[in-house]
Amino acid sequence: MSAVSLAGAVRSGERSARSIVEEHLAAVADGEGQIHAFNLVTADAALERADRVDAVVAQGGDPGPLAGVPVALKDNMCTRGVPTTCGSRILDGWRPPYDATVVERLDAAGAVIIGKTNMDEFAMGSSTENSAFGPTLNPCDTTRVPGGSSGGSAAAVAAGFTPLSLGSDTGGSIRQPAALCGVVGVKPTYGAVSRYGLVAFASSLDQIGPFARNVADAALLLEAVAGHDPLDSTSIPASAPDLLGVLDRGVEGLRVGVIEEISGSGPTGLEGFAPDVQSRLAEAAEALAAAGAVVEKASVPSTVFGLSAYYVIAPAEASSNLARFDGVRFGLRVDADNTVEMNAATRTAGFGDEVKRRIMLGTYALSAGYYDAYYGKSQKVRTLIVEDFARAYQSFDLLLSPTAPTTAFPIGEKVDDPMLMYLNDVCTIPSNLAGHPAMSVPFGVGDDGLPVGVQVLAPANGEPSMFRAAAVLEAAAGGSAGVAP
Amino acid sequence: MEPDAGTSTPGRISRDDVAYVARLARLNLTDSELDGFTGQLADVLDHAADIEALDLDGVAPTSHPLPLSNVFRADVPTVGPADEADHRLFCDEVLAAAPAAEESRFRVPPVLGEAP
Amino acid sequence: MTSGTASEMDGWEVVIGLEVHAELATATKLFSGARNEFGGEPNENVDPVSLGLPGSLPVLNEKAVELAIRVGLALNCSVQASEFARKNYFYPDMPKDFQISQFDQPINGEGWLELPDGRRIGIERAHLEEDTGKSTHVGGGGRIHEASYSLVDYNRAGVPLIEIVGKPDLRSGDDARAYVSELRSILVAIGASDGKMEEGSMRVDCNVSVRPVGQDQLGTRCEVKNINSLRSLGRAITYESRRQVDLIASGQEVDQQTRHWNEEDGRTHTLRSKEEAFDYRYFPEPDLVPVAPSAEWIDEIRAAMPLLPGERRHRLAEEACIQPSAAALTVERGLDDLALAAMDLGADPERVLVHVENNLADGQGALTADAFAALVAMETGGDLTATQAKTVLADLVDSGGDPAAVAASHGFEAMDTSELEGLVDGLIAEHPDDWEAFVDGDEGERRKKSGFFVGQIMKATRGQADGRVVNEILERLAADA
Ligand SMILES: [Mg+2]
Ligand SMILES: [Zn+2]
Repeated sequence: MSAVSLAGAVRSGERSARSIVEEHLAAVADGEGQIHAFNLVTADAALERADRVDAVVAQGGDPGPLAGVPVALKDNMCTRGVPTTCGSRILDGWRPPYDATVVERLDAAGAVIIGKTNMDEFAMGSSTENSAFGPTLNPCDTTRVPGGSSGGSAAAVAAGFTPLSLGSDTGGSIRQPAALCGVVGVKPTYGAVSRYGLVAFASSLDQIGPFARNVADAALLLEAVAGHDPLDSTSIPASAPDLLGVLDRGVEGLRVGVIEEISGSGPTGLEGFAPDVQSRLAEAAEALAAAGAVVEKASVPSTVFGLSAYYVIAPAEASSNLARFDGVRFGLRVDADNTVEMNAATRTAGFGDEVKRRIMLGTYALSAGYYDAYYGKSQKVRTLIVEDFARAYQSFDLLLSPTAPTTAFPIGEKVDDPMLMYLNDVCTIPSNLAGHPAMSVPFGVGDDGLPVGVQVLAPANGEPSMFRAAAVLEAAAGGSAGVAP
Repeated sequence: MEPDAGTSTPGRISRDDVAYVARLARLNLTDSELDGFTGQLADVLDHAADIEALDLDGVAPTSHPLPLSNVFRADVPTVGPADEADHRLFCDEVLAAAPAAEESRFRVPPVLGEAP
Repeated sequence: MTSGTASEMDGWEVVIGLEVHAELATATKLFSGARNEFGGEPNENVDPVSLGLPGSLPVLNEKAVELAIRVGLALNCSVQASEFARKNYFYPDMPKDFQISQFDQPINGEGWLELPDGRRIGIERAHLEEDTGKSTHVGGGGRIHEASYSLVDYNRAGVPLIEIVGKPDLRSGDDARAYVSELRSILVAIGASDGKMEEGSMRVDCNVSVRPVGQDQLGTRCEVKNINSLRSLGRAITYESRRQVDLIASGQEVDQQTRHWNEEDGRTHTLRSKEEAFDYRYFPEPDLVPVAPSAEWIDEIRAAMPLLPGERRHRLAEEACIQPSAAALTVERGLDDLALAAMDLGADPERVLVHVENNLADGQGALTADAFAALVAMETGGDLTATQAKTVLADLVDSGGDPAAVAASHGFEAMDTSELEGLVDGLIAEHPDDWEAFVDGDEGERRKKSGFFVGQIMKATRGQADGRVVNEILERLAADA
């Protein structure tokens, strides 16, 4: 059942929130052993919360648009009194003394949080193999990675543990796992969803967004959590856009461009796109054209440099954001004779290799004598990408590309080659650098039978038309995604 | 889509550079970690060298994806008289979560030197 | 080590530039709604932002920006678009292990401050940044190096600071003290800060270098930290400049260092050398957006600014026909409005200022401008002697009232000149030698003897005689003799 219909059933009194939550907790109990989507399942709190929702309904009140709907949270969103680990040993056991804004919004919308999902440590990774608590497996094929870093949130939805989850996307961390797990994943416009209470990876790129098994459910969740938050200076000063209301408007007359450089179809673009992925992209473009969109090739030349800029900017910001994990105020401490050594011993023991790698990379890029060569230049590349997109959006309403170059890859395949792993994000990174929305919609399967995702990109605040196109693609692909009922 | 086959630039990151940034970042690395990280960081930076091909003269840097400015809050305390009890609870939770605390303060080993 | 100021060191010039950090007088912190309050229980004025908890985000306090703009306007700075940056370094009293500060785009660019003596001292910039927490070192007598552990309180973390970086335009410890005290008066006058050095709400770091007189090029400088009072500022400069001159004189070089002033032994000690300089890895703070104050906002703030101490000095000096520096004490005591009002009512400016400086050290109390002007008029009209005026003034300050009535209650009345002449004649007859010495003596002798005669008359009249009138009588009689 979709989140939209579950919420409807609870609000009308047709179903109890408790029965819905119990059903999903049972699915978790059943399948979690094979998938490891969660770092923590908050069953008791969820049931208690469900009862409160039911009590509101019983008293004739409206518990909100997400009444009784289970939602799983990526484990980098602060939940008061509930452990929040970021997939890291350094925060193992830490209970934040405050709630993230999205948690408060979910609560206000009547949602029921059922647990915290596994992730690459501090959201650094594309496979969820970098979690201190072990990898998450892809529900479509448990020998494969679910993608990352929000792999737990993607897998939880794909496995039917929850109809909805939230992830965070810094360079593709929602869209790529959504593609690899065959679910819908949305990275909203930068500033659309408050980052207050999201443990930062790269502040100028991070965005929280929804996972769902269909486009309407993703819209429902995004509407509930988006909108201005005075606690986040980079929050867009406007209320959440109406998405559910425009979903059925189709794409008649919309101009859609397929980005040559990041789809393996242009002479100057990137290589390495699997032929089956390219075929699904072509079929998706045809589907949009069949629905009345004007589909053409588009060029956004500087997107090929996105990866380079990203792997300087994101680590640079991360190196600073992660300095506070020093053993002084919260989380792990490894004792030593003095504070300098205590800081170092704590960080050395608490951070995994990928986190260390990126902290060092970012520290280097910002250090005396290298700032201009790396950080400064990357920010200029960012400007070029913004300008190139602006040019493209003069001719197009939406852009299209694959979400990831390949379908889900085998566990362990890329762990020893960071650069190879980073290349997973070539299609998703440009939207983060530009601050634009983009979403992945499941569109058929590859030669290996694994899901393929198509990425719809839009200019800032272009979520309504982006969702319209996603709905058309979803219909063309044959409806709801995921492996579960 | 393979990383460039190592067109080594003059500024290629060295083992000493990595040791220096590890110290700046308060990370202890073993000798073999130092070797491993140096190679991996060099790979990433080599790939990033593809932007050398771009003409970036006169291009302004972008540090914010949103064109916002002047975002302020009013100078009003969050904790009003009515929130006092909840605020105490917050302070207690904070100190309870500290690795070490004493007399309502965070306890740390000797700090050795003044702040820079 | 040495007495006298360093500026007296033969052949050497001391060059001083100050960095002053002042806490801004807001109700809340720079980036969150935690209270900005001195004292209180440890770790009470905190929230997720000021503790640097994971996931917390800064939001800029509008009032802090307004106060920073006030400071900029008061210091004649260009108020401009600005950005925040992160200054990265690990330190336990720094919750995020970076400080949010302004780096290459400060809110206030170049400006200047005028000392009471009229000299202009350049201001490099005045930018916003957040304060750190406070560590207490336990064991080892509270000294940082011998402590067995430290305790950190984050109440002060995130308190808004304005850092005012002065140009190296100061030449002595006295200069530096005059600069800091003028700056403090300005900050207090515009309501930007309480300026309390003893509570740490104003802190001074001092860059000192020396060079041979006549040399243009600056010498190698040392930054002296931990200066907690105006007195220490002078002492630290004296010590440090002498140390540098001694080094150079003995053929050594000054090493660019950060040094720590030790109040107890009266010396500066090495904290670190330039080679150990920190690599702060500044970059634009991604969690905050640029600040671009509109011209309208700046104008609004400018229009609401009170008169600054310098402007008050000039205003008073013009009215009283004196040098601005001569108006400094009156302005410092906040009595310039009273003085001007009294002058407006016709009181003699000179007498007004004499009373303000000598007799109103504790403020005006219940004294009104009307009463002050009337009192001075009685004095200049010969109805009250200076001594009597002082007594009446003290009463007016204590309990107000009408000067004539107060004077009458003391039994003060003007003595008639003929009555005085009779007394003077009698005195001359009693002391012929002294009179002769007065009439024939040189300048010094004459002054001495006039003092004697006036003193005697005062004694005889219990202070009711007007000394000036007595002198006039003496002069007249001497001319006739
Ligand atoms: Mg400074
Ligand atoms: Zn400072």
